[in-house]
Amino acid sequence: MKIVVCIKQVPDTTEIKIDPVTGTLIRDGVPSIMNPDDKSGLEMALQLKDEKGAHVTVITMGPPQADLILREAYAMGVDRAIHLTDRKFAGADTLATSHALAGALRKIDFDLLITGRQAIDGDTAQVGPQIAEHLDLPQVSYLEDLKFDGDKTFTMKRHIEDGYQMLEVEAPCVVTVLSSANTPRYMNVGGIVDAYQKEVEVWGFNEIEVDEKDLGLKGSPTSVHKAFARGLKPAGELYEVGTDEAVGIIIKKLKEKFILN
Amino acid sequence: MKLEDYKGIYVFIEQREGIIQNVALELLGQARKLADELSDKVYAMLLGDQITDQAQGLIARGADEVIVVDAPELKEYTTEPYTQAICQIISERKPESLFIGATTLGRDLGPRVSARVGTGLTADCTKIEIGENGEMLMTRPAFGGNLMATIVCKNHRPQMGTVRPGVLFAMDADESRTGAIVNYEVKFNAAKFRVKLLETVKEDNNLIDITEARILVSGGRGIGNKEGFEAMDALAHTLNAEVSASRAMVDAGYIGHDRQVGQTGKTVRPDLYFAFGISGAIQHVAGMEDSDLIIAVNKDKHAPIFQVSDLGIVGDAKQIIKKLTERLEKQN
Amino acid sequence: MNFSLTKEQELFQQMIKDFAENEVKPLAAEVDDLERFPVETVEKMAKIGIMGIPIPKQYGGAGGTNVMYSMAVEELSAVCATTGVIVSAHTSLCAAPILEYGTEAQKQKYLPKLASGEWIGAFGLTEPNAGTDAAGQQTTAVEDGDNYIINGSKIFITNAEFAHVYVILAMTDKSQGTRGITAFIIEKGTPGFSIGKKEKKMGIRGSATCELVFENCIVPKENMLGKLSKGFGIAMKTLDGGRIGIAAQALGIAQGAIDETVKYVKERKQFGRPISAFQNTQFQLADMNTKTEASRMLVRKAAYKKDAKLPYSVDAAMAKLYAAETAMEVTNKAVQLHGGYGYTREYPVERMMRDAKITEIYEGTSEVQRMVISANMLK
Repeated sequence: MKIVVCIKQVPDTTEIKIDPVTGTLIRDGVPSIMNPDDKSGLEMALQLKDEKGAHVTVITMGPPQADLILREAYAMGVDRAIHLTDRKFAGADTLATSHALAGALRKIDFDLLITGRQAIDGDTAQVGPQIAEHLDLPQVSYLEDLKFDGDKTFTMKRHIEDGYQMLEVEAPCVVTVLSSANTPRYMNVGGIVDAYQKEVEVWGFNEIEVDEKDLGLKGSPTSVHKAFARGLKPAGELYEVGTDEAVGIIIKKLKEKFILN
Repeated sequence: MKLEDYKGIYVFIEQREGIIQNVALELLGQARKLADELSDKVYAMLLGDQITDQAQGLIARGADEVIVVDAPELKEYTTEPYTQAICQIISERKPESLFIGATTLGRDLGPRVSARVGTGLTADCTKIEIGENGEMLMTRPAFGGNLMATIVCKNHRPQMGTVRPGVLFAMDADESRTGAIVNYEVKFNAAKFRVKLLETVKEDNNLIDITEARILVSGGRGIGNKEGFEAMDALAHTLNAEVSASRAMVDAGYIGHDRQVGQTGKTVRPDLYFAFGISGAIQHVAGMEDSDLIIAVNKDKHAPIFQVSDLGIVGDAKQIIKKLTERLEKQN
Repeated sequence: MNFSLTKEQELFQQMIKDFAENEVKPLAAEVDDLERFPVETVEKMAKIGIMGIPIPKQYGGAGGTNVMYSMAVEELSAVCATTGVIVSAHTSLCAAPILEYGTEAQKQKYLPKLASGEWIGAFGLTEPNAGTDAAGQQTTAVEDGDNYIINGSKIFITNAEFAHVYVILAMTDKSQGTRGITAFIIEKGTPGFSIGKKEKKMGIRGSATCELVFENCIVPKENMLGKLSKGFGIAMKTLDGGRIGIAAQALGIAQGAIDETVKYVKERKQFGRPISAFQNTQFQLADMNTKTEASRMLVRKAAYKKDAKLPYSVDAAMAKLYAAETAMEVTNKAVQLHGGYGYTREYPVERMMRDAKITEIYEGTSEVQRMVISANMLK
């Protein structure tokens, strides 16, 4: 079985703080990480490698520094890494991103394409299904678990709000995986030692077959009209008192707001 | 693409087992407001099997026309049949804008449709307004809720957005409203139905949607363990409230994902939100800060939750829950 | 001259910090409190190659450097000094001498199991009457056909209870003093070999420090490590390497105490402001950080020289001396800045201060390091 996993380098948004005075984002010193849903998808692929001997390729689209997550993927145990990078891809929204990735993926043979459900910097959950559409492949999003019959058929467990669905799909297909699907392994020390000895294939516009008008800023139907920090709400009352008094204060407030009679 | 050929605000009506989901009514309510502002019409797209009898109710909730696609292929949601149906409607009817609820279903359907018709999609909108030139201004949180971005789709139609459940308002049913109900025929290409649904399993029998609760008793790390959650249950019981939680507690397995509040969970806006032992990371705050009244209890005086709370108590959440429950039980 | 980490080292640091934070730190207080050897942590470390960092790939190791190894011990010790010393004793005191002095057969037999963490390693030199004066060995090994018969005991042996392989020193010729000492590899379960009393310690309480007891213990001749009578040199060289590990452990403890203290002084308010606003706090932190960074430079330099196959015993001695004394000073200040809370087990600096003390004592006391350093100056 051949698996391709799409991964993305993202700022660790849990480390972003808001300046209490200006209300703006503090982005300095925020580390870049492999997107958690993608990393979970990568773990799913590596488990299939451990169990069934799958060949695992990772691909990322991003600026040169995104090389780091490909090295990380090598240290976790992948077989091949591709870095899709070109100025022509810059400024892409989800649709243009999916066009670029689909263009690269057309050049790779696979049975299963895994993406994370969504990236923590955008939270859109769109690129996976959009790639599936461009490649005319079936998709299953919000994947929690997957079993392969060893031949062609996957049985999949898809998360929904009030439970889950069991689905059956034949290879090749596209899935988008939840970070809760599994716990990613750590990089292996020996893998780290070798990570920079291995080749990362760098692909640009010339290596993929996509119409330039579908890429980057030009290929993006959506654009940001404006962006703003959420701002701060004026502070409410704060009490540092004993338990009994605290309970009294809460009850008084509930009465004030007519929640209690 | 001639933009002026595209007209009407289209809303995807999500139903599950024939039951119209609240998010669809919220979208209709908002679409109604936008359409009135633009002197345009609201079209509800109702897809399902044996679903036609639900159409009238959608007119009462704001639709001018209900496009019903009643077909056995649409009995339960899978991506491809629904995508084919919506795309056929788009290509024949040319909507100016199209909104879908940002549920696990909508977030599966939306991007597939947008890629097939080649238009832009704004995910997880929390606000939709009309811009100077009549375009949709779709605002959504980004960077883990740290930043709000307003997105436009200038030269492509329809302007598509998925919208978070629980943030827009449904209008009260107005039975005097009139509108058309159109049965719409879709030519399915069954050869492309490649995902087979084996079964749908519900995990929680008394499923409560926390986005609809009037009062939420929410717990975080400071609640600690299972006993802490049992105590919250007891408190919730005295207040007719529902229990919810921060991501840490969901990850720890104390409570299901469907009760998670925050950027990666649900956005809630109850009359009263209790935050017990929740530090108030931005991811959490993004999902609850619009609650009418926020009461926070936390040991750490500097916890960011106190920046959004109306009433903050520095103290032990577990003890306060216990005492508060006792007092309220006595009162009842 | 370059003080930057390489890309591999940066990647490694990212991994080991994550691992320490998520897998090791949550257990640190419990491991200390219950004097419990963290078996599950060792298994997790084994799985990703932390038990064999500087062992070459041909012997099943990660093929990493001593700089990486020192970074691992540092980061682990920053959250749990017990875990740090488990790795250090295993790697520096058992796997390293087998790699350095073992026959090919010994390397093939022991290193893959040690490097994979399937087996844990330990080292036995110290005896009740032979501490700093290592030459006063009373454990004897007497030739008997194809075997040696070992009698005596070793004390304060890290990992003892949980190890599978021990490198130990014994007198094969008492009349020759240090020139009559020979090293042996002993396996768990060897007839006549048993684990004695477990020490109750001030710090690093989870590291299973025990006595090794040899009563007519029969060890096959092929288990002799290095040549007959060359054991003292092997022990001294082994300790040179071990000092890099202990220096890294001390460095980690100091850094851990600083991290905890910085967090605390920003939160704790007195006289209406956070104590970080007081100049005394600021100056103490500046000193703590400067000395800890100086320790880091010494540790990295010693590890670098070992990797570059340059003489490093004086560098290792300096690193251990300075890092250990810094760890003691920094943790002491950390407790002081925490005030009364720092004296309680509510806060980890209490444990860190207890853990720091041993770094001034084991694998050569600070006094021994001063002897090594000055002897080199005066020769």
